[in-house]
Amino acid sequence: MAKTLYDKIWDAHVVHEADDGTCLLYIDRHLVHEVTSPQAFEGLRLNNRTVRAPDKTIAVPDHNVPTTLDRANGIENPESKIQVDALDKNAKDFGIHYYPVSDVRQGIVHIVGPEQGWTLPGMTVVCGDSHTATHGAFGSLAHGIGTSEVEHVLATQTLIQKKSKNMKVEITGHLRPGVTAKDITMAVIGATGTAGGTGYVIEYCGSAIEDLSMEGRMTVCNMAIEGGARAGLIAPDEKTFAYCMGRPHAPKGAAWEAALTYWKTLKTDEGAHFDKVLTIKGEDIAPLVTWGTSPEDVLPITATVPSPDDYTGGKVEAVRRSLAYMGLTPGQKLSDVAIDTVFIGSCTNGRIEDLREVAAIMKGKKVKDGLRAMIVPGSGLVRAQAEEEGIADILKDAGFEWRMAGCSMCLAMNPDQLSPEERCVSTSNRNFEGRQGRGGRTHLASPAMAAAAAITGRLTDVRELG
Amino acid sequence: MEKFTTLEGVAAPMPLVNIDTDMIIPKQFLKTIKRTGLGKNLFDEMRYDAQGQEIPDFVLNQPAYRDAKILIAGDNFGCGSSREHAPWALADFGIRCVISTSFADIFFNNCFKNGILPIVLPQSEVDKLMDDAARGANAVITVDLENQTISGPDGGTISFDVEPFRKHCLLNGLDDIGLTMQKAASIDAFEAQYKTAAPWI
Repeated sequence: MAKTLYDKIWDAHVVHEADDGTCLLYIDRHLVHEVTSPQAFEGLRLNNRTVRAPDKTIAVPDHNVPTTLDRANGIENPESKIQVDALDKNAKDFGIHYYPVSDVRQGIVHIVGPEQGWTLPGMTVVCGDSHTATHGAFGSLAHGIGTSEVEHVLATQTLIQKKSKNMKVEITGHLRPGVTAKDITMAVIGATGTAGGTGYVIEYCGSAIEDLSMEGRMTVCNMAIEGGARAGLIAPDEKTFAYCMGRPHAPKGAAWEAALTYWKTLKTDEGAHFDKVLTIKGEDIAPLVTWGTSPEDVLPITATVPSPDDYTGGKVEAVRRSLAYMGLTPGQKLSDVAIDTVFIGSCTNGRIEDLREVAAIMKGKKVKDGLRAMIVPGSGLVRAQAEEEGIADILKDAGFEWRMAGCSMCLAMNPDQLSPEERCVSTSNRNFEGRQGRGGRTHLASPAMAAAAAITGRLTDVRELG
Repeated sequence: MEKFTTLEGVAAPMPLVNIDTDMIIPKQFLKTIKRTGLGKNLFDEMRYDAQGQEIPDFVLNQPAYRDAKILIAGDNFGCGSSREHAPWALADFGIRCVISTSFADIFFNNCFKNGILPIVLPQSEVDKLMDDAARGANAVITVDLENQTISGPDGGTISFDVEPFRKHCLLNGLDDIGLTMQKAASIDAFEAQYKTAAPWI
């Protein structure tokens, strides 16, 4: 029977299947960070259990870490410090791979995994973090899990799962200038809604997806969770193999050849069944921004703020609440909305290509006076590469703060936060109420759109900058 | 894990759609290294003002709902992050059952690991329960997991679906890890053949 890519990866990892279809799935890579793991390690200790496969378990602190240049002096917030110290200790006690804050390879767990070659095609990858979907860009089945499941994977290297349905999202044609991977993924969520993917694993395909670099594909898959899907994935191709080759933990020599032969089979068979299909023309996607407090609240930058009357059902009240929270009025032009802050970073857009995109727009330009503009590279290695390429100098000269690696203002667990009513264009993934700081107002956008806004001080169509 | 058999209690209405995990438990409370004690911060930014004073309008601050055990919620409850702090906070507050038309996938899974029963019902039935819940302290609802029924205050009964394995674990308070470890031989066998088939992993 013809199989989808998801079917193939699933079948290759079933350890046991019960009569009701509940499966025990083998996990190839378990990524761990400091926020969702302490209770899991505590559970192991209480039950005298060990980590079954420490060689497949990789930990890095990212959510709580300061991103200021003086962070080697330690973490000021006592609770954050306890969490990071707990991860240090747990990694050592249980013998798992670890990249401490002091290591240049430290960064956001979803950037470090691929960068170090831990993430490879055809794998199952889990992490106590919903943006684990990022790794699907390699044609691996990757998704977030809760802390009880983190403990389960640590103890057994398996996960109890029921299979999801298959959804295909095809982006045909090619993107127009000024439109990026971030706009693709936001356009999909705008079309499906935040629950449109619930119960599905999405395979993204089509020529506009094939055109994307690995960095762009990671951006697309990263936000699959924002559409409610368990995971998003993209079939591996020559770009994928080229990205993986030579990475520290990628196979070498004969093992590489054997892996490559297998990876080339990782594509959906002709005629395989999808339970749901969404097709979007690449040419129809415009540069997008969010106006509300849900990632589905997406509009082209040329649009105006909607009214609650444009909606039905429970969304009417939700839109009313969003507009009050965001301080926006129906009918207002999005491009007239003045901003206070620009945040560039996160597991969605904290990779080298994102920084190149920003630098290309900022070259010879300045961040508007009075604006707070921050760049937080996704890893220490991204930061180092940007410095080597001269990107860091362009960005610093333009007036951006050039920070150390971490999750930072994407979720504001460290000191990088918005104040009440502070309005931010952010390259991150969630515009929820309070996400970037209590009362803070988030507009999600691509790195290019964030750069354009940094120059003008308002939401701006990057295509107008020429 | 605490068993879930039958639950009788006041249901609180939260008709807002897309209630996300940042609303359920904001990030500043994720810095704990414990599972307990999060109930006081459940829905923190909806429940308290910036000075930490209760916002009287918020449903769980109203006298009728302060001891609610059930939530009736709008579509896509629990969307957003994978933080298990969300069900930990609900359970710590005393909420053991959430009823909605839909739930986000990871939140839904996390509930079952913490003795919380999430129930999916059609819109018309959620609307009916939402109306019942709006009656305040008189809105006592009974959830019977064994028989998969919800009894409303007016004597009507609604049936619901639940996966058999998850029902079994909730009814008996079973720990997943213990169950999986009974299958250690299957995991060993899988790993052995896998080492040959995919040595690069």
